[in-house]
Amino acid sequence: MSKIKIEAENLKLFYGDFQALKNINLTMKEKEVTALIGLSGCGKSTFLRCLNRMNDIIPNCHVEGKLTFEGEDIYHPDCDVVALRKKVGMVFQAPNPFPKTVYENVAYAPKLHGTKDRASLDEIVETSLKQAALWDEVKDRLHKPALGLSGGQQQRLCIARALAIKPEVLLMDEPTSALDPISTLKIEELIRELKQHYTIIIVTHNMQQAARVSDRTAFFLVGDLVEVDDTEVIFTNPKDQRTEDYITGRFG
Amino acid sequence: MSPKVTEKIAFATLRAIAFFIVLCLAVVLWDIFSKGLPALTWEFITENPRRGMTEGGIFPAIVGTFYLVLGTIIFALPIGVMTAIYLVEYAKESWATRMIRLAVVNLAGVPSVVFGLFGLGFFVLFLGFGVSILAGSLTLALMILPVIITTSEEALRTVPRGYREASLALGATKLQTILFIVLPNAMPGILTGSILGVARAAGETAPILLTVAAFFLPRLPNSIFDQVMALPYHLYVIATQVPHADQSIPYGTAAVLMILVLGLNLIAILLRTYFRRMRKV
Amino acid sequence: MSSNQDNVAFSSNQENAEEPGDKQKKLLKNSSRRRKAWDIFEKLSEGVLFVSAFLGVITVILIFLFLFKEAVPLFLDPLSAPTLTAKNWYPISNPHIFGLWPLIAGSLIVTFGAILISVPLGIGAAIYLSMVASPKVREILKPTIEVLAGIPSVVLGFFGLVVLAPWIKDFFGLSTGLTALTGSITLALMALPTITSISEDAISSVPRKYMEASLSMGATRWQAIVTVIVPAALSGITASVMLGIGRAIGETMTVLMVTGNAAIIPGTMLEPVRTMTATIAAEMGEVARGSEHYHALFVVGVVLFLMTFAVNYIADLVSRRMKEVE
Repeated sequence: MSKIKIEAENLKLFYGDFQALKNINLTMKEKEVTALIGLSGCGKSTFLRCLNRMNDIIPNCHVEGKLTFEGEDIYHPDCDVVALRKKVGMVFQAPNPFPKTVYENVAYAPKLHGTKDRASLDEIVETSLKQAALWDEVKDRLHKPALGLSGGQQQRLCIARALAIKPEVLLMDEPTSALDPISTLKIEELIRELKQHYTIIIVTHNMQQAARVSDRTAFFLVGDLVEVDDTEVIFTNPKDQRTEDYITGRFG
Repeated sequence: MSPKVTEKIAFATLRAIAFFIVLCLAVVLWDIFSKGLPALTWEFITENPRRGMTEGGIFPAIVGTFYLVLGTIIFALPIGVMTAIYLVEYAKESWATRMIRLAVVNLAGVPSVVFGLFGLGFFVLFLGFGVSILAGSLTLALMILPVIITTSEEALRTVPRGYREASLALGATKLQTILFIVLPNAMPGILTGSILGVARAAGETAPILLTVAAFFLPRLPNSIFDQVMALPYHLYVIATQVPHADQSIPYGTAAVLMILVLGLNLIAILLRTYFRRMRKV
Repeated sequence: MSSNQDNVAFSSNQENAEEPGDKQKKLLKNSSRRRKAWDIFEKLSEGVLFVSAFLGVITVILIFLFLFKEAVPLFLDPLSAPTLTAKNWYPISNPHIFGLWPLIAGSLIVTFGAILISVPLGIGAAIYLSMVASPKVREILKPTIEVLAGIPSVVLGFFGLVVLAPWIKDFFGLSTGLTALTGSITLALMALPTITSISEDAISSVPRKYMEASLSMGATRWQAIVTVIVPAALSGITASVMLGIGRAIGETMTVLMVTGNAAIIPGTMLEPVRTMTATIAAEMGEVARGSEHYHALFVVGVVLFLMTFAVNYIADLVSRRMKEVE
């Protein structure tokens, strides 16, 4: 049994008066892939954004309950958001590389966090790109604009960029929803590789994807966590009727 | 009359209106440039005015306008950009934010001569800067502040949200995100706005009338507390108060001013199109 | 992936080494000097940005204050104050008469004439650009009209003085071409780009489906424009006209150069007039600071400021209503 990486206890989230998350209890274990599935607007992305406190930038948003990273309270006043985000990286729905070169994209965060010398940066860039399975495709064009890459390459660049600060957890918010099927497969393959080293939490609206890449799956419905279990169990033998309805496509 | 015929007549009228406006513009441009360009000799641009401004060149006025524009941008650009950053990245809905927005709208509507009055009362007299480059630049800076604020705001807002989120998610602080990601991306827009603002400052007369402009001062300024001549004011003076000047002198001055102001506008427009195209690639 | 990447992924980077070693407290506020510096910088910068943003508010307040401060002495002067409502502006006669009416009338008549010319032309051009012109024509025409906005007012004034005024003099057989009409025409040229571009925005932002719906009921494009599109864009068009008025009232150099500057209440558009703006610009340079005349000019400034403020405020209200409707 691997150790618990992130744990939510009675987590509630409000946008003003509207409650977007109701009492979420969920544990995510080290070096496992947890998939969050559900209809759009069910709170799965909102939950994901709690884990690195990206919801902080939304006005009138507040959180109740407890959310811990290796036992430390993420929403504690003494928690350093910057330190948290260095431990918990994120990849977004649409590929969003900065309009800089490939190299600068990956080196951006290490530079910010104090790595100055060229040799270390070169090394970080190379290893991050290798981990993201992009090195071979871009090693000759490191100093060309990142926006010249294809959509799938851009998304892998975003993954490399997130890996460059050596996080322990990787959050992925529908990382393939803007990509073609072949790029999607590449990313999924990459996720399976990465889970050897990282704890991965992925939001997806694609059930096959959840089934293909994840170890555990959590099903969200209008702000509630309906059911969480091993992926196999969820897809073959869900305990809750609503989960079954969703899996079998009865929600449309 | 059938609706189809009415429509034809209406559209023809609208087209006539649009081309009439273009015609008016063409007449003005043709008049100024056809009579002004021949006056532009090397001497005209590089020499001092002589014989009560009825002869000679406009060199001090060109230099004066250059200093004023430089001073204006030094004051207006940082404040304008910082205001825009505050409004886009930090401001929450509060009375202070509403006040700031209201102030920007109002500032944009204040007549230029009122800026001149204020500059006279505040910078020249109250703060004791005297009639000087400093007072004139500050007055012009206040006048173009709304232009720079609105264009910078627009430029900052077009920076995709995804860039900000990606940077924050990488552990960058808000300020780091603004400095290293948002500002560089908004730079083309900010630059365009600033050039438009500068063009406006270069062409304005009323605000400098009371705060800096010298009627006739055939020497270059020594400090920011000196008066200077300026192109728009010089044109006003020779057109209205030097009755015996050869017409080529005001026309030449007008042409230089137009080349400067329209040239700056053109640069701004070209920059904007260039960067838009860059972004699409 | 090879096994050496194992090491890469978990080799502690430099930043981690700086942090307190206790593995249990990874997320505690970091006390490295670098981070502390950024934290302070972070807070400081928000403060600095707020202050610079608030400078705009302070400026508006200062403009109010200084205009009033310099205007008030005239209201307190028992000799000059009552003359403000007189029908004449004789600032250097003895005793002074500072009647504002001729100046206000001058500003209003010139502005009225300018609006009469520029509103039909401006809105017509806006409809043409947004509804009739082909994309190619629009792409050329739009920036061309914007060039008009870039011409310095003193150049237009000069053009009015040496070209327009003689035309008007000859055409109407007048003794001088420097009339309210000359001012109105040049001001119309200045207000045109404002009216055209803002009206065009308003018309273009009317949803396409309105046009399609009325065409599908058998209306011609022109009927659809008149009965559906223009009414839907009316608040934006109104705002553009208000801003045009604001621009015309506040414009100084053109009117100073072409309206003849006679401070009399005009009977027709073909007589010289003197606007508030021109009065300030022409006389402020020659008055003794602190004299009644100096303060009287600030009174004119206050009146002008309040008038443009009101016009711009209405424009803002109307355009805000436009946004709410959308």
